[in-house]
Amino acid sequence: MELFIDMMLLSMLAVTALAIAYLKDLFAVVMLAGIYGLLSASLFATMDAVDVAFTEAAVGAGIFPLLMLVALSITGRYERSRRVSWVALALVSIVGILLIIGTVDMPPFGSPDAPAHTHVAPRYIEQSGEEIGIPNIVTSVLASYRAFDTFGEVAVVFVAGVSVLALLGMAPGDSRHGTDRSLNSMRQHKVLRVVSKILIPPIMLFALYVQFHGEYGPGGGFQAGVIFAAAIILYSILFGVGATKKAINQGLVRFLAAFGLLLYGITGVLSLLTGENYLGYNGFAETATNAQHIGILVIELGVGITVAAIMIVIFVTFSDRLNIQEKR
Amino acid sequence: MTALVGDLYNYWISMVLMMIGFYIIIAQGNLLKKIIGLNLFQTSVFIFYISTGMVEGGATPILTEGTVLYSNPLPHVLILTAIVVGISTTAVALALAIRIREAYGTVEEREIQEKNYPC
Amino acid sequence: MMWFLDIASALFLGIGSLLMLTGAVGVLRFPDFYTRMHAAGVTETLAAALILVGLMPQAASGLMFSKLFLILLLILLTSPTSGHALAKAAIHSRLKPQLGQTTVEPLATDTGVS
Repeated sequence: MELFIDMMLLSMLAVTALAIAYLKDLFAVVMLAGIYGLLSASLFATMDAVDVAFTEAAVGAGIFPLLMLVALSITGRYERSRRVSWVALALVSIVGILLIIGTVDMPPFGSPDAPAHTHVAPRYIEQSGEEIGIPNIVTSVLASYRAFDTFGEVAVVFVAGVSVLALLGMAPGDSRHGTDRSLNSMRQHKVLRVVSKILIPPIMLFALYVQFHGEYGPGGGFQAGVIFAAAIILYSILFGVGATKKAINQGLVRFLAAFGLLLYGITGVLSLLTGENYLGYNGFAETATNAQHIGILVIELGVGITVAAIMIVIFVTFSDRLNIQEKR
Repeated sequence: MTALVGDLYNYWISMVLMMIGFYIIIAQGNLLKKIIGLNLFQTSVFIFYISTGMVEGGATPILTEGTVLYSNPLPHVLILTAIVVGISTTAVALALAIRIREAYGTVEEREIQEKNYPC
Repeated sequence: MMWFLDIASALFLGIGSLLMLTGAVGVLRFPDFYTRMHAAGVTETLAAALILVGLMPQAASGLMFSKLFLILLLILLTSPTSGHALAKAAIHSRLKPQLGQTTVEPLATDTGVS
């Protein structure tokens, strides 16, 4: 039965991908890409990867279509007509057939004694309970055993935010005067305004829940950051970027983006000062599990703060560019 | 034969999705479409990795009383980082596309090449 | 007592699945955007709510029951809003609803004029 659900979801994914390749209306393509993200999240959930499903749903069905729609408003909705490129089709078919032939040697889907499950994974599964003491093995690997990789990931998010600011931040005809025109146009959307005002505080509360509950269930810093940013973006869509800038100082947001990464790095330096390796938390408290808890809490907080701030910065920067385009 | 299809269907479909994404990147001209194709490609790689990590009869990798067999948590960690990095690069790519639109007036690859601006 | 909960659960899940199926058929077969919105609204509000209500008797603990209840509240709040937002966007894009054959209004095409 699970295999049947699996195959159905995969077939729907393939059909969605073909539709994305075929359509010329980019608005429809972006919506289909959101559906593709949601189907992938369902697929990950049926394959027992709940953390990954959470992240893919937040990113692939939330942030990605949002940013694409803002970019689409600037660049144009329809694709110019194109011819089918037979060379590319032939190349893609040959590479695809070679790859499929290559998968015939792979262990069957779901077999417990595949080579992927016999080397390092049993050590993490068996020993993370005693060494770290939190139930979610993915969080313990992400935040403690492989914390340095996660540091790199947060640094990539930060650099992406800085790059977007460098590319789009300074515009001729800066929109520091706010976008009051869009604020007035939202007065007629009574239903949306009321519902969003009801929803935004619970969304932020849920983001905090996901942040701190990430050790006991699916969740963690990244998902929490994206959900928090989604609450602010919802406010910004309905009430205008000008109102968002008045409500939340953009200087503070940019500072917080750097502060989260700094918090992460400082935790590593502090652990060096206690005599451990970089990002080895065992020196923070008396027992090892307490020390690991403290370390994981602090760095997940850093991840959440940086991701939320960077997502807000990216969206506000894109929106400002759109408003400048519309004014021209 | 049906056992072979059932065993490897995940991998085959992820290859098919990968190739559809690849075709969109190399053959279609609109820059935003290429970015969506890149996202398709990335997600298919994620599906491939998570498929290799699943264990039949295993539980979600959250330690609970009484569960003996868990799915492999390592691909999950890898793909979590990969999703984050993917959305970051997509944001930078979209910012570049917006700047290209403002500089050349179009995001179609063929039209940009025809414009022939001196570098 | 157990079998009563199971019967109720099966009933709600069955009706919810049936409504989801009819909603899907409606989205594919209805002629106009606004009628398709009505079919989609049935799917995303009523069918999803019934499926969640059907899952509630099967909840293993009070925590799971309250989580399902909160999800139900969220769906009941956000699904009608999203349907409303879509229909409002269509009206603002000047997409005319396709009225009966006896009026003289020109039949709208499906692509929204922006």
